Amino acid sequence: MQTLNINGKLVEVRAEPDTPLLWVLRGELHLNGTKFDCGVALCGACTVHLDGEPVRSCVTPIADVGARKITTIEGLQGSEAAALNAAWIALDVVQCGYCQSGQLMSAAALLKKNPKPSDADIDAAMSGNICRCGTYPRIRAAIHRAANKKGV
Amino acid sequence: MKRRTFLLGSAGAAGALVVGWSLLPPRQRLTTAQPLAVRAGQVALNGWVKIAADNTVTVVMSKSEMGQGIYTGLAMLLAEELDADWAQVRIEQSPIDKIYNNLAMLVDGLPFHPDDDGTIKRVAGWLTEKTMREIGVMATGGSSGTKDLWLPMREAGASARAMLIGAAAEQWKLPKAECRAEAGRVAHASGKSASFGELVAFAGTQALPESVQLKDPAGFKILGRPLPRIEAASKLDGTAVFGIDVLPPGLLYASVGMCPTLGGRLARFDGAAAVKLPGVKKVIAVDAYNGGSGGVAVIADTPFHAMRALKEVSVEWDHGASAGVSSEDVYRRLAQTLDRESGFAYYSHGDVDAALKSAAKTVTAEYRAPYLAHAAMEPMNCTVQFKDGAATVWASTQVPGIARSAAAKVLGIEAQKVDVRVQLLGGGFGRRLEVDIVSQAAAIAREAGGAPVKTIWSREQDLAHDYYRPACVSRFKAGLDAAGNLTAWHNSSAGQAIVPQVLTRSFGLPGAGPDKTASEGAFDQPYEWANARIGHEIFDFPVPVGFWRSVGHSHQAFFKESFIDEVAHAAGKDPVAFRAALLARHPRHLRVLKRAAELSGWGQPLAPAADGAKRVRGIALHQSFGSVVAQVAEVSLSADKSIRVHRVVCVIDCGFPVNPNLIRQQMESGIVFGLSAALYQAIDIVKGQVQQSNYHDFQVLRMDACPVIETDIVPSTEHPEGVGEPGTPPIAPAVANALFALTGQRLRALPLKLA
Ligand code: FES
Ligand code: FES
Repeated sequence: MQTLNINGKLVEVRAEPDTPLLWVLRGELHLNGTKFDCGVALCGACTVHLDGEPVRSCVTPIADVGARKITTIEGLQGSEAAALNAAWIALDVVQCGYCQSGQLMSAAALLKKNPKPSDADIDAAMSGNICRCGTYPRIRAAIHRAANKKGV
Repeated sequence: MKRRTFLLGSAGAAGALVVGWSLLPPRQRLTTAQPLAVRAGQVALNGWVKIAADNTVTVVMSKSEMGQGIYTGLAMLLAEELDADWAQVRIEQSPIDKIYNNLAMLVDGLPFHPDDDGTIKRVAGWLTEKTMREIGVMATGGSSGTKDLWLPMREAGASARAMLIGAAAEQWKLPKAECRAEAGRVAHASGKSASFGELVAFAGTQALPESVQLKDPAGFKILGRPLPRIEAASKLDGTAVFGIDVLPPGLLYASVGMCPTLGGRLARFDGAAAVKLPGVKKVIAVDAYNGGSGGVAVIADTPFHAMRALKEVSVEWDHGASAGVSSEDVYRRLAQTLDRESGFAYYSHGDVDAALKSAAKTVTAEYRAPYLAHAAMEPMNCTVQFKDGAATVWASTQVPGIARSAAAKVLGIEAQKVDVRVQLLGGGFGRRLEVDIVSQAAAIAREAGGAPVKTIWSREQDLAHDYYRPACVSRFKAGLDAAGNLTAWHNSSAGQAIVPQVLTRSFGLPGAGPDKTASEGAFDQPYEWANARIGHEIFDFPVPVGFWRSVGHSHQAFFKESFIDEVAHAAGKDPVAFRAALLARHPRHLRVLKRAAELSGWGQPLAPAADGAKRVRGIALHQSFGSVVAQVAEVSLSADKSIRVHRVVCVIDCGFPVNPNLIRQQMESGIVFGLSAALYQAIDIVKGQVQQSNYHDFQVLRMDACPVIETDIVPSTEHPEGVGEPGTPPIAPAVANALFALTGQRLRALPLKLA
């Protein structure tokens, strides 16, 4: 048994310590917004926050998580998240949607650190998140839009 | 150019949008055999729409949503003619029924040149429609969703509106003709007014109208607007349910390891160590299904327990017939085939041999394209529960009816005993037209004692066990006269054919004969060459091939648009002007070409890239799935000589633009998808085994390499055509043509690699 701090709640999980966080979220807690794709930190679909830092949950065993605060798409809150959500809707970013939880988690972490990211900052922060539907141009525009709207 | 207006009756292009019911087979696609399920207070007015007392209008979706935006587009078609309030519109996936069979996709699959609107083509189209209505399949693919349902869903909306108006008129004792529907209400000049929700119970007792009049486009309130996609919000907060997310009670998970050789099988396995691991229920052998490979599966209580235990199963493989196949060998043998054969002639005009002989100048070239995987982001998965002789299948599939048959066959039950619940698709791109995963998941669930089992493939399994875009080799010979006019065009390509394989593995039918999808993009193009022969020779290898976004167009457009660029340069002509000369009698194509040239600043100086590197344009024009697309790519090389695409200008004529926002999205999507293939992707096969395993060696375009994309949509009131795929074909040749202009190197193989 290990206790995890997920979306502001302490949760006891049964999974063995080598279990990747992704599979605890999906397989045990049924928080299915976090997605599985590559399984080896190449696509970003499984991105969650640990103490606000974006990490790939598919390669993060829960033994390494410790007491750090886990945030998933279901628990993503705050002014950055609200601004990103509004921008994502305004620019109609999503297509199939499968990658979008991961995209939003990466984008929210970026805005938290860097309230006015440049295109190069966006490239650096977002290039670990694949979108097979090609929503990149709209993601870029939506991040800029959220950055401009936030705190105005 | 003549359009395929025969699908709309004979009203001609102008009348196409206002065809009355009487011109169509009435009601055949209006009501389902079994009444639709409804909740309390909800009434199904036909097989396409339910209205509830709370005023919600639920539009029934017979197509799968895989990112293309079809839920939104189809809901708009129905809501327009219903005069619904868009804010009240909801969506729901349909059951399986004949009325939802895809007719347009099959009619489009007939091997006719788009300019050919002759009697044989019309009869063949009509017969295909008629037959497919009876024995056809529900399918989302071939960029056909909107064109398939352009009339049926509008008719269903108009029919429901007539019933609501009829109910209001009868209750108010006023003439129907004086009552009007608007934004979810029916009203009369006297001031009487009622919401759809108030009227629907009584409306449900009205007879289906004998005929309906569809709106004139000038009166459209919803169609033509750039509305945002209807399911967007659920995809931002984690609530959207993809196939991989379903959670029936008591769910178990299976992880599968298949023979790494294509079509290979399991010889024997030892699961003794694996079965002792935590959570593991069973280790079982799985057969090869639908032309795929066999292997082993671990069933466990969690996905991780299944995945971890799979690594502990020891296996011996029976590699089978593909063990001798390598992709290098495939290219060599396709080229040898072309030494002997010109292939089945899909298009032939004039005397091309004589024209080549008398040409002042000839140009020849050989092109090739590799096998490709789909790599949709949602890994292949399917959940099946088999209990008491009946099955439930939760699947992200493009073909629910075929999925149902596949599960029924594996489980040895009647199709009627299988309930298929289509979920959101995390990308499809043609991969989910195949039901191998459904057959396999059903076989695994059969071993689970009645519990539902979700079978999930890893990305590695997905790349190693796809139905690949076929590799293809293509040869060209062109003749020019002394003035640089194109007088002869000879093109032969060779590769595997998809349709015969699909007929066999999905329908159990013998597959043979020419396959239009192999040559599409080569023979069915608008250019008018005085003398031409365009052929394709099928050469089969034991490699499973399938429909990959834009199918034959995906490589044929690269070959054709690159070679026409070569010929233009050989003739000393500007590539835009050279193409325009061949399109003199095709105003629609000419308009798209010229608009792309104008918006991209073709012929104007182009500023260097931010690092000072020279930037150059390339253009390509291609018609696919009824739509015409031109793209201009701006390209430069980085200091380490890698290819950078900065900006793409894209112009599309897709007939009436039902939702310009979604059309733009699909152009962006198609371009990014095509760029991934153009710049990075190949599936290499050695001894029957796919060499690529994950996104490190099967790369996908990422944010830092994504160009700015500007899309322009040609205004039109023609019948709507496809948009999901037509954005993909032109991008590879547009980039290749720019690279030639920049470096003088003509790149004739994909992915594009400079020497
Ligand atoms: S699933 Fe974790 S990065 Fe791809
Ligand atoms: S929206 Fe489909 S993968 Fe990104």
